[in-house]
Amino acid sequence: MRKTLLPPLIPLVLLTVTVEFLVREGFLRGYLVPAPSAVLRTMIDSRLELLQALLSTSAGALAGFVMSALTGIGIAVLLSSSRGVQRAFYPYAIFFQTVPLIAVAPLLVIWFGFGIRTVIASSFVASVFPVIANTLNGILSTDPSLRDLFKLYGASRLVTLFKLRLPAALPQVFTGLRVSAGLAVIGAIVGEFIAGGGLGSVVEIARTQQRIDKVFAAVLLASLLGLGLFGLINLLSHLMLRRWHASEQAQ
Amino acid sequence: MAVQLTGVRRVFGKGHVVIAGMDLNIDTGEFLAVLGPSGCGKSTMLRMIARLAEPDSGQIRIEPNAERFQTAFVFQDAHLLPWRTVLANAALPLELMGEAKTKREDRARAVLEQVGLLEALDRYPAELSGGMRMRVSLARALVTEPRLLLLDEPFAALDEITRFHLDVQLRELWHRRGMTVIFVTHSVSEAAFLANRAVVLARNGGAIKLDRRLELPAVRNNELRGDPQLGQEMRLLLGAIEE
Repeated sequence: MRKTLLPPLIPLVLLTVTVEFLVREGFLRGYLVPAPSAVLRTMIDSRLELLQALLSTSAGALAGFVMSALTGIGIAVLLSSSRGVQRAFYPYAIFFQTVPLIAVAPLLVIWFGFGIRTVIASSFVASVFPVIANTLNGILSTDPSLRDLFKLYGASRLVTLFKLRLPAALPQVFTGLRVSAGLAVIGAIVGEFIAGGGLGSVVEIARTQQRIDKVFAAVLLASLLGLGLFGLINLLSHLMLRRWHASEQAQ
Repeated sequence: MAVQLTGVRRVFGKGHVVIAGMDLNIDTGEFLAVLGPSGCGKSTMLRMIARLAEPDSGQIRIEPNAERFQTAFVFQDAHLLPWRTVLANAALPLELMGEAKTKREDRARAVLEQVGLLEALDRYPAELSGGMRMRVSLARALVTEPRLLLLDEPFAALDEITRFHLDVQLRELWHRRGMTVIFVTHSVSEAAFLANRAVVLARNGGAIKLDRRLELPAVRNNELRGDPQLGQEMRLLLGAIEE
């Protein structure tokens, strides 16, 4: 624990102390970059408002993320079913990924209205592709000898999928989920910019009020949320893979 | 089981002939080693016998017309499912064939005992040595009590001492079970030590350059390794390969 926590803490402390010093001595203007102490004070003073916003964003991001995980794995399984299906539909999955979320968000509001549904949709759109791409890659790279083995003993496609291809793809699925966890939070915040609610709204309102300290506080919380989700996936991955996959054994 | 290849031909892609008309009869209970340089079609031949690939022309007959799943295949490297324990890996073929859990685990335990892995039942492949993994792979192949065992350079990646152990163990298992074994290998010494009969394939098209019954004692153990008779057989096989 000490070895993993201590090293990243050192730059954090150094940066915080330096910024605090620069703001206090007037080298940085407080209305552009707030003093860390001011951000901390805001977090304490507005704790109820921020906590509520954090909960709301968490709900949106988590729902979007879970949808991405389930749909993404499902789509990848369908895509892997035949080369024809893959050739026909995978280009659209890639296209879907390249559509700029910020430009689509207003459309989501039209479809889903103001509120959490748009936030969830936005979070989903932002985070589904990495799950599809990584899961598909994992399923398609199943060891050919093991596929032969399953064939030798007459396993059906469904049995091969559930007993071989999906479990073998798990490490890649988790890679996709890790990337997707961060994106789900970004998607939720973007959704909130347009549809209102959560930390996105806090940032938006604080910005118009020139409350740069509050903007920083909200951004910090949003990042921590992303980090928390990422940590959760890591924990899950560790629990599921530790006894068999090299990526979890090195740690 | 007896295997009969008649005029078997296999072409890859655009006209790369891997096997051009192979005729070969393997009798029930035989231990056949197949030798030859890389790319001579040894593995392809084995895959076709296992029905994992079809010949482009010619026939492969397996007698008696076997019930399903009487053939087992051991690959280069162990190829275990890393998320399953040793026991679950060895029981996998029976599971795929729809055998009940208690029965398949009992049988898996029995074969794991035969290969000396009874103490490692609950361990995962990542926690085993290369030799142990290969023994699990062997147990997995034997769990269905196959009448025909196909091995594709199974011990090539192992260190020599481990390989010596496994050679002896495989030969014992064959002796005890009376199954037909086809063993593809790069190693002249391994072929001579293990088999009753050896064929040497030519580099292109898999023509049979030598088909020989080895004149060695039935019981093979490490004492045989220094035996001049074994050396003589090895020289013969090597000569055919280099010809």
